[in-house]
Amino acid sequence: MAQTSLRMPVIKTPSNLKNWLGVTPFFLFAILFLALPSIYLVQGSFLDQNDQFTFQNYKDLFTTPLIVDAFKLSIQISAVTAIVGGIFGFLLAYAITVGGLPRSLRSALITFSGVASNFAGVPLAFAFIATLGRRGFLTLLLKDTYGIDLYQSGFDLYSFAGLSAIYMFFQFPLMVLIMVPALDGLKREWREAAENLGASNLQYWTRIALPVLLPSILGAMILLFGNAFGAYATAYALTGGRLPIITIQIGAQIRGDVLHNPGLGYAMAMGMVIIMAISLAGYSWLQKISERWLR
Amino acid sequence: MNLLSRFRKFSFWSWVWFILGALYFLIPLYATLRHSLRMERDVIGFRAYERAFADPSFLETFLLSNLLAVATIIASIILIVPTAYWIRLRVPEARRITEFITLLPFVVPAIILVFGLIRIYSSPIGIPFTGINLLQPLTTTKLGTYTLIVAGYMVLAMPYMYRSVDTGMRTVDIRTLTEAAQSLGASWFVIVTQVILPNIRSALLSGALLTFAIVVGEVTLASFLGVDAFGPYLFLLGQHRAYEPAALSFVTFLLTWFAMGLIQLVTGGQGQAAGAH
Repeated sequence: MAQTSLRMPVIKTPSNLKNWLGVTPFFLFAILFLALPSIYLVQGSFLDQNDQFTFQNYKDLFTTPLIVDAFKLSIQISAVTAIVGGIFGFLLAYAITVGGLPRSLRSALITFSGVASNFAGVPLAFAFIATLGRRGFLTLLLKDTYGIDLYQSGFDLYSFAGLSAIYMFFQFPLMVLIMVPALDGLKREWREAAENLGASNLQYWTRIALPVLLPSILGAMILLFGNAFGAYATAYALTGGRLPIITIQIGAQIRGDVLHNPGLGYAMAMGMVIIMAISLAGYSWLQKISERWLR
Repeated sequence: MNLLSRFRKFSFWSWVWFILGALYFLIPLYATLRHSLRMERDVIGFRAYERAFADPSFLETFLLSNLLAVATIIASIILIVPTAYWIRLRVPEARRITEFITLLPFVVPAIILVFGLIRIYSSPIGIPFTGINLLQPLTTTKLGTYTLIVAGYMVLAMPYMYRSVDTGMRTVDIRTLTEAAQSLGASWFVIVTQVILPNIRSALLSGALLTFAIVVGEVTLASFLGVDAFGPYLFLLGQHRAYEPAALSFVTFLLTWFAMGLIQLVTGGQGQAAGAH
């Protein structure tokens, strides 16, 4: 700091408080539109029907079947799409970085991943109805050409499997976007050193590359989990609320008090925030670990 | 080069993954396009597009969504650029807390945000224990609702906008620029608008385009706040039409593509080109 004030004779050094004044609009905005709404939900989650302080709402979270089922379903869908999307996204990122594909494919896939990870909600649901719905393009193609009837064999777009297939469309592109820089961070010297010591390709991957990449892979998968966990519009557009994941239930609670207990509704929202916070914390922790090797 | 040729050996599986991925991306898009072109029996044509564009509600909602996007972008720039600039220049100790705040929207998803916003701003806001009302409920007037939704969108876009702006400022020496401008007698307003802004324009543009992509098709905030934006309109259209929604979905996709393509162009693939070092 002393150095900077030497370098800047023109600028007087006003009091520290005055400097903080410059960032007050931002903090005011954050308080009005981020902190206050959150505090309202937190506060409401500790109040019973008569506005008395209670922990009951949080206890009820674990005993109300509607809420338990919604959390379970959301966690399952998010976990499945995070793991499958994560693995597939990693393989794709591998293919375009160290996998030896032409450079042009790499930039095409990265741009496309940017598009796909931002292409969610209503249009995405419609795209999949046109693809895998009962009269969808792929459904009919498989039926007419190969004699495979998806819907006879138990598949339904408006179900767990269907929603997972749709979520995958924005899940694995996100994985690609996160993993490409990590894979680029693998140093060429490590591979050369391993090979000079007589390591096979498999040994290089299992002993060197994967251990180095593991924190980023896990961190990215956690991010994918949160990404799916907070999604609302896609599921709503697809099923109109028939697939009771947690965001759909919260939506129903906002529209009309379906739980007949506002406090329980706020606790349900807080439960979601807590899970999101844990995943973000897990992500940044793993991110820090992976930065030790990959810069 | 020897290394490269050794990689070639394994590129069979790379091709397999790439082709699988490409199919997963492209088949739904192809199916949507195909569906949207078949409104008339046995004829391939743009009938669904004509119908969709001819609906006056389409134009209204689409225009509104674009206006909301522009409002969000301008308001975000006004809020975030001076903040990020000031933090870099004068209050580096505010950096951690600010970065933490800009990450919060990842923890508070849109559905929770709108839950809290509705509960707070649908009743009058007053000073506690005094009975004095500072603000009428925002959700009862059109202007109030628009203010609320733009604020909500600003929150959703904050992580992306702040990061773009902050990264943009890292690459220019704002301290020297500020000193130079000050020695020429420029005011703070002139410094920010005529010195700092032009220097981070590609970062601003990519933040703005990302915000645009988020806002234009947004459904959650719009439908709960009762704003007749494009997202809720498309959703309703899907309830009772078959072909027009497919057409508009495809158009939305092209728009997203356009925005992302522009980002690639203005940033020169920066951030993704980490392999360069």
